[in-house]
Amino acid sequence: MVPLQEKAQILDAEGIRRALTRIAHEILEKNKGTQDLVLIGIRRRGVPLAQRIAAKIKEIEGTAVPLGILDITLYRDDLSRLGYHPVIRKTEVPFSITDKKVVLVDDVLFTGRTVRAALDALMDLGRPQLIQLAVLVDRGHRELPIRADFVGKNVPTSQREIISVHLQEVDGIDKVVIDEPID
Amino acid sequence: MKFERKDILGLQDLSTEEIKLVLDTAEPMKEILAREIKKVPTLRGRSVVTLFYEPSTRTRTSFELAAKYLSADTASISVATSSVQKGESLRDTAKTIEVMGADTIIIRHSVSGAPHFLARMVNARVINAGDGAHEHPTQALLDMFTIREKKGRLAGLKVAILGDITHSRVARSNIWGLTKMGAEVRVVGPPTLMPPFIQDLGVKAFYRCEEGLENVDVINVLRVQLERQQKGLFPSIREYTRLFGLDETKLRYAKPDVLVLHPGPVNRGIEISPEIQDGPHSAINEQVTNGVAVRMALLYLLMSGGEVHEIAS
Repeated sequence: MVPLQEKAQILDAEGIRRALTRIAHEILEKNKGTQDLVLIGIRRRGVPLAQRIAAKIKEIEGTAVPLGILDITLYRDDLSRLGYHPVIRKTEVPFSITDKKVVLVDDVLFTGRTVRAALDALMDLGRPQLIQLAVLVDRGHRELPIRADFVGKNVPTSQREIISVHLQEVDGIDKVVIDEPID
Repeated sequence: MKFERKDILGLQDLSTEEIKLVLDTAEPMKEILAREIKKVPTLRGRSVVTLFYEPSTRTRTSFELAAKYLSADTASISVATSSVQKGESLRDTAKTIEVMGADTIIIRHSVSGAPHFLARMVNARVINAGDGAHEHPTQALLDMFTIREKKGRLAGLKVAILGDITHSRVARSNIWGLTKMGAEVRVVGPPTLMPPFIQDLGVKAFYRCEEGLENVDVINVLRVQLERQQKGLFPSIREYTRLFGLDETKLRYAKPDVLVLHPGPVNRGIEISPEIQDGPHSAINEQVTNGVAVRMALLYLLMSGGEVHEIAS
């Protein structure tokens, strides 16, 4: 593991809260309410983000939207290149996504390969009416023709920089920072 | 964690961490089995060949479905219709399968150690699907998975293995696996079907069900291997059933919430009564489902990582 140093903080707890509130409003506006709407978080940090967006939506609309969890490990396109085994966790989508408007939630959008894997995984679970993508940070450098419908913050980065999303539920603190390797 | 093994030959040489990783990986695999579309693309482009020198329904089908659900290509070789009948050796048969591009060979053989021999001969990965009276690692893993699923843990449980211990590869793999995971294992059966020095494996031996099944959390009933009983190791099937067949009376010695397992195929009414086989304590059908999940986990752990670098001799 290459040692990293923090270069800059791009979002604090308040910034993350505001970004998620805005995303929740945008999701409701674009989908005209919560009819047929479901949220699915990509493990790992997409899950608490999806939970927070769902809580915001409940606050605004007064209705709870179904929430699912997707593990995309078995759909990765680089498994044969890895020298280790990524731990597989359960996919928990306890409802049908067929004919639903699915909002996929992840923390960072980078090459697009994770989202590609998530789309394949969703298609194996059913046939959604449509799939939209919500991310907290879009850092660019796409390798596939994929874009997000809802973005918390666009952060132009260089390839060597790393975006680290820290969330209360996983890391005990809410912040998004740019790290870079120490030479 | 790195799962660095080339082959899965037995539980005797697997560490507790490796066993735990297999069981943990089988959980999300079981979720896939509950889906409408039971298929993920993980092993696309990889191939698995089953080479069975002994008959089998569940193990072979279970491996084949596990491989297919992970999108691997599969082929099965039945010895009865293969060139083995023309005198081809195990080594040559396996080499032939390997040069056709098989990444993994799953072998069942009546000779103990045959998978170990094969693993040294080929670069392909080898999984032992049962060798003689030695090991049946995937059966023991699915037994442990089922116990952990039903009881929430393995450590501290009292597990009785009941029946023909001498001829049972399932018993040996279970003993090695369960004791490693912290369970207390007992073996129960007639003295003629109990191997000498069995206590050296860290288990207690009992020759009467009244004592052996007392207060146990799990009873794993073994099949009476009628095909291996030519030497007259017990007077009659009827006597065996009376003394060691699991029925309602004998079940009462165990804990009230005892879990009953059987590796199958079941000799109905001989080693287990139909009421128990189909009753509320039995998880025999779930074992079969869990077998697919556990084999998916093993195939994933063996085949999805980097290339195999060891060169076989």
